[in-house]
Amino acid sequence: MEARFKPGDAVRVRKAYPLGHIRTPFYIRGHSGVIERICGGFGNPEELAQMRSGEPKQPLYRVRFRQKEVWPGYRGSDDDVVEVEIFQHWLE
Amino acid sequence: MSDNGTYQPYSYFQLMEVSLRELLVEKGIVTEAQVAATVADMRERTPERGAKVVAHAWVDDGYRKKLLADGSRACEELGLDVPALRLVVVENTPQTHNMIVCTLCSYYPRMLLGIPPDWYKSRNYRSRAVSEPRAVLSEFGLHIDEQTKIRVHDSTADMRYLVLPMRPAGTHGWSEERLASIVTRDCMIGVAVPKIS
Repeated sequence: MEARFKPGDAVRVRKAYPLGHIRTPFYIRGHSGVIERICGGFGNPEELAQMRSGEPKQPLYRVRFRQKEVWPGYRGSDDDVVEVEIFQHWLE
Repeated sequence: MSDNGTYQPYSYFQLMEVSLRELLVEKGIVTEAQVAATVADMRERTPERGAKVVAHAWVDDGYRKKLLADGSRACEELGLDVPALRLVVVENTPQTHNMIVCTLCSYYPRMLLGIPPDWYKSRNYRSRAVSEPRAVLSEFGLHIDEQTKIRVHDSTADMRYLVLPMRPAGTHGWSEERLASIVTRDCMIGVAVPKIS
């Protein structure tokens, strides 16, 4: 599957709560960040967990978020970031 | 039997391990020799492997650049087999401190650091490393000043991470072996920095 985003693009993580084996942490859902890098194509873990093939492979990104945007009341520098691996179908 | 020969009853998990292993062997899925070889291989994976990579990057700037660009390939160059491991190496600088966590489970670069410490798998570390990294680091005895930016890396999917710490002052002329001796496991997770004792 083709990568829809490139490094530097602004993205938002879908705020969705489907059941199953989801590798998008709850704390980051609904937050906005910037693509740090494209990691490559990997089997979709939500499919793999159901003993399916995981194909087509999904582009996986590292997305950078500002800590102060993620955690209200975050204590630290304005520049502190958290970087999370997120699959393309979780980004908009 | 424990290693020193005294009898101790199996714990629940030991009993489960033995039962599962014996069943797998009985059904011909694995052999005892394969299990023994895999255990021996896991025991060989220690943080010394990661320390060797870090020390080499400290003395060879070309290697350092390769390591940051493609961690897996750079490790192969040192004879470290990193199958199916997509290694992202993140570099500490005077401006940036890096720290690794896996909030969802306990993904860890076992090929380079061996078995993760219990605290790495604890709910406390996993939840607080992302939400209050500075407080967590100070509990490890590491105080990062406000001017230094903290980058927390949440290892949620297929990547594995290694922190390349800064080479401390006062190590000029040291051999790679001596440099490697100050690179601890915690330095490569990002909860400590190398120190000259």
